Amino acid sequence: MSGVSQASSHPARAAEDGGRAQGLAVKDVAKRFGRFPALKGVSISAEPGEFLALLGPSGSGKTTLLRIIAGLETPDAGTVFLQSEDFLAQTPRERRVGMVFQSYALFRHMTVAKNIAFGLEVLPRAQRPRKAEIKARVKQLLALIQLEDLGGRYPRQLSGGQQQRVALARALAIEPRVLLLDEPFGALDAKVRKELRYWLRRIHDETGVTTIFVTHDQEEAMDLADRVAVLKEGRIEQVGAPEALHEHPASAFVFDFLGESNRLPCHLSGDLAAFDGFSAPAVVAPGASGNTTAWFRPHETELSGEGPGLGVTVTGVHNQGGLVRVDLSAADGSTFEVDLPRVSRPTGLGVGAQLKLRPRRVFVFADAPVP
Amino acid sequence: MRTMVPEKPKGFAWLVVGAAALWMGLAILLPLVSVFVEAFRQGAAAYFASFQDPDAQAAIKLTLQVALVAVPLNALFGLAAAWLIAKFEFAGKGLLLTLIDLPFSLSPVISGLVWVLVFGANGWFGPLLDQLGVRIIFTYTGILLATILVTFPFVARELIPLMQAQGTDEETAAVTLGAGGRDIVWRVTLPNIAWALVYGVLLCNARAMGEFGAVSVVSGHIRGLTDTMPLHVEALYNDYNFVAAFAVASLLAGLALVTLAVKTLLEWRFSSELASGARR
Repeated sequence: MSGVSQASSHPARAAEDGGRAQGLAVKDVAKRFGRFPALKGVSISAEPGEFLALLGPSGSGKTTLLRIIAGLETPDAGTVFLQSEDFLAQTPRERRVGMVFQSYALFRHMTVAKNIAFGLEVLPRAQRPRKAEIKARVKQLLALIQLEDLGGRYPRQLSGGQQQRVALARALAIEPRVLLLDEPFGALDAKVRKELRYWLRRIHDETGVTTIFVTHDQEEAMDLADRVAVLKEGRIEQVGAPEALHEHPASAFVFDFLGESNRLPCHLSGDLAAFDGFSAPAVVAPGASGNTTAWFRPHETELSGEGPGLGVTVTGVHNQGGLVRVDLSAADGSTFEVDLPRVSRPTGLGVGAQLKLRPRRVFVFADAPVP
Repeated sequence: MRTMVPEKPKGFAWLVVGAAALWMGLAILLPLVSVFVEAFRQGAAAYFASFQDPDAQAAIKLTLQVALVAVPLNALFGLAAAWLIAKFEFAGKGLLLTLIDLPFSLSPVISGLVWVLVFGANGWFGPLLDQLGVRIIFTYTGILLATILVTFPFVARELIPLMQAQGTDEETAAVTLGAGGRDIVWRVTLPNIAWALVYGVLLCNARAMGEFGAVSVVSGHIRGLTDTMPLHVEALYNDYNFVAAFAVASLLAGLALVTLAVKTLLEWRFSSELASGARR
């Protein structure tokens, strides 16, 4: 398909443009719904060809941001530019932004092929490709989503995963300059989710279209995206590559949102967190000092029968494939979770066992509330 | 569901089904059959001769003229109201929904009487209209107004639940694909509700042609002028002209049967689409 090949040369073209191509730039965008502030001044940019994930809990404003970029909502303040074009001054048609919804939103009375062709058939007559051309493009897109033989089916005759692939093909048919996906896999079961995740990344790499992906699933975001923006209550908490977010989370919120976490009061001196009778190396965020909270991951925690550490009692043991998840509680009632590889599971691990808990590495933040 | 069906009392179940069937037969089927039996009591020739009467023809014509205007108007209104209610959020939505339902809960006689109160000789605007030489009560216009009021909710009521269930997802998707307002309405919104609209129009039409109470109040019963089919049936019946009365009545009954047949056909042919609409 000409559109796909054209788009795939896009990153190369961007490189030729040198520093001039800036992709999509959102600046200081704010939006209220009645008295509820959905976005409180968000700035973020996506490089041409980049795969950007917007990650956050529900109500964090990520979908609102996506809908503003698509032209479905108008922000109260701020700007949205694509290259040098003022997006906010353009209609959704002029923006040429492809969007994929959690509900698929396929046209139920149209066949798969008609769905895919829709964006081309509603083009003004002067820009509309000829019938044969549209047909050829639909065929190429059907091949791209590996549903060559299902062009004549109706959406209701397809599985959820197939429907979402059709929705993606429909969005790609207009050769979007930016592709927006709003929780696209939210309605699918875990196995299909994972398959489609890798498939989507492949499609992105093939077409090279700048992609913004909204999700509340941190695993999905970290797995898929070149960069992840973590949103909280209408603000961007941190933007970075998945690796960077994992290794240097900017706030306790980011750390907590990116995975399960344990908390323990500590005294910070330098990059060492001191606890009662033991200590652990700390990754220290700017501004953190003194008596604070140490955050650590279940899989970066050790359990042993003796030696230094926090005295804890086992309250539950769950087998999770190659891992053993151990629930623990301390004398003061605080609870912890520890993931142990099944092979290194200590002997005598059972409910009621008295053990010592020791984090191997902790994170310390300026904003961390003392538990 | 299966567990809810009692397995044991087979005999009792048949008794209940039989009682229901008997009741249906007595209350619905028997009167319907009797219309046609009475209409043909004196043979087909007498039946068809009933339609040669100029007053009968005038009644049929008037009924068609009323339905021809009232139904499209209420279809348009129903479409607009359902679209507003299903696709937009606005203040007063609940009030609008209640107002649409009002004619359902109102006695048809009241629906006719209100027009007399407004436009009648002693009504609010009666003297003014009299001076202008405009007559509404006891004319086609009055019958039309009464019919419109009575059949007001049919199309809207048929469309609102379907459109609410379908939501605005598809329209939103169409916007992102570059569709303009006209494309969205013609290619997305209308095709999704086409069969419900057809059904609503059928129901609306059946009621528009069959309405008695409201029309009776405003018509004045002038034979050959302001008698619609239902009014003409009553007039003939009161004249002891039973064959003619039932002949005209058989037309209305036939209309009901056709409406029912088309409804069944639509449900059978498009059940999967309606079901997929309900699922979302």
